[in-house]
Amino acid sequence: MFSDFDFDVIARSLPYLFKEGMVFTLSITAAAMGAGIVLGTLLALARLSAPRPLAVAAAAYVNFIRSLPLVLVIFWFYFLVPWIGQWLTGAERPLLVGPYLSSFITFSLFEAAFYCEIMRAGIQSIPRGQIAAGYALGLSHRQTMINVVLPQAFRNMLPVLLTQSIVLFQDTSLVYVLSISDFLGAAAKVAQRDGRLVEMYVFAAAVYFIISYGASLGVKRLQARLAVPR
Amino acid sequence: MNYHWNWQIFLAASPEGGTYLAGFAWGLLWTVATSLAAWIMALALGSLVGVLRTLPGHGWRRLGDAYVEIFRNIPLIVQMFLWYFVLPELVPQALGDWLKQLPDAAFYNAVIALGFFTSARIAEQVRAGIQSIPRGQSQAAVALGLTRAQTYRYVLLPMAYRIIIPPLTSEFMNTVKNSAVGLTIGLMELTGVARAMQEFSFQVFEAFTAATAAYLLITLSIVFAMRALERRLAIPGFIQRTGGT
Repeated sequence: MFSDFDFDVIARSLPYLFKEGMVFTLSITAAAMGAGIVLGTLLALARLSAPRPLAVAAAAYVNFIRSLPLVLVIFWFYFLVPWIGQWLTGAERPLLVGPYLSSFITFSLFEAAFYCEIMRAGIQSIPRGQIAAGYALGLSHRQTMINVVLPQAFRNMLPVLLTQSIVLFQDTSLVYVLSISDFLGAAAKVAQRDGRLVEMYVFAAAVYFIISYGASLGVKRLQARLAVPR
Repeated sequence: MNYHWNWQIFLAASPEGGTYLAGFAWGLLWTVATSLAAWIMALALGSLVGVLRTLPGHGWRRLGDAYVEIFRNIPLIVQMFLWYFVLPELVPQALGDWLKQLPDAAFYNAVIALGFFTSARIAEQVRAGIQSIPRGQSQAAVALGLTRAQTYRYVLLPMAYRIIIPPLTSEFMNTVKNSAVGLTIGLMELTGVARAMQEFSFQVFEAFTAATAAYLLITLSIVFAMRALERRLAIPGFIQRTGGT
């Protein structure tokens, strides 16, 4: 069964798998996490306290994105971004946007919808008295949000935000459909080149498992430490 | 340069025979079939593992925990590759060859991968549902002389399922969305059909618009169906849940 398992093919391709593949996987995870949390927080604020048309638009965006499969959204943006770029810059023809840039944009905008829901729950979990106290101190709505509500909401929701980021880390493997050399893409390329599907896919699964499981243990510990005694 | 919209393309013949529209109907069917089959499998397995994780004794609980962690921490696409590419190589040759030549192998593999993947999430919810039931309920069952199996069958599970309908609804919608990953092993579900149409006809946006509309249609149907179910099965005396997901 495992008698002809070829460890050598894994050893030989380690530099390629990690220096190219994993670096891309981690950088797209980090970038989409940063951009997604910022955008998501803005969307959450829009849903909660913006003028009605803006709130409705934000809610529509979030619900629309959340009802589509990520694979479909990856394709949408891959083909749509060049046209949007043309429209924004007024260029003659659709811009050339590589799969790398397009997947960065896709993941930021897609994950923003999910981070938005988390931040919305976080903001709604802050007692009303906090906002009233902010106003009583003479802070404006904006100052109350930035200095009083958001820091607490962010702290309360940190474990959930991080758990969502682990999901995001796993989801980045779907850029496979654009033939990008992320970690899985790199493993698949070696697998097909050397005819070593078993070794490469088992190894890829093990690496994803170790990173995701390790990260989820870390989140659990953080959660225990962050828990505010009430 | 402007994009040339051509909605008539759906009536044109596709390389697979029939019109593109017919292709989308088949894609919708495969998406629904894959999601439903995976869902039934996930519900059965997830309930079993969820129950395991609430049993007294550390052995069962560890087993259930390990199950959930394994299927939750490996990306779905990798799991599909493991079932589709790796499993046939690891079993005895004759069985492996049979697996590879199976008609609709992509469908079976997608269902199994998606079923196991989703079952880990359902196990979490079933466990949470059972644990949210006041302890007095199971104590009352024991006092009435029910065995442990009967306690689960007649007291805990009927309550737990009704409590977790809202999270199960969103999990079902996730299953439908996740079935799109099946295209990576050659399943011609909605996204796969749209992708193929884009490659053959170059009518990118019509293809993806059609797939998007179909997914929205499925999502809306699930929301309405589950809302009706939720109302029918609401437990009297509990805080009435309003809204869908």
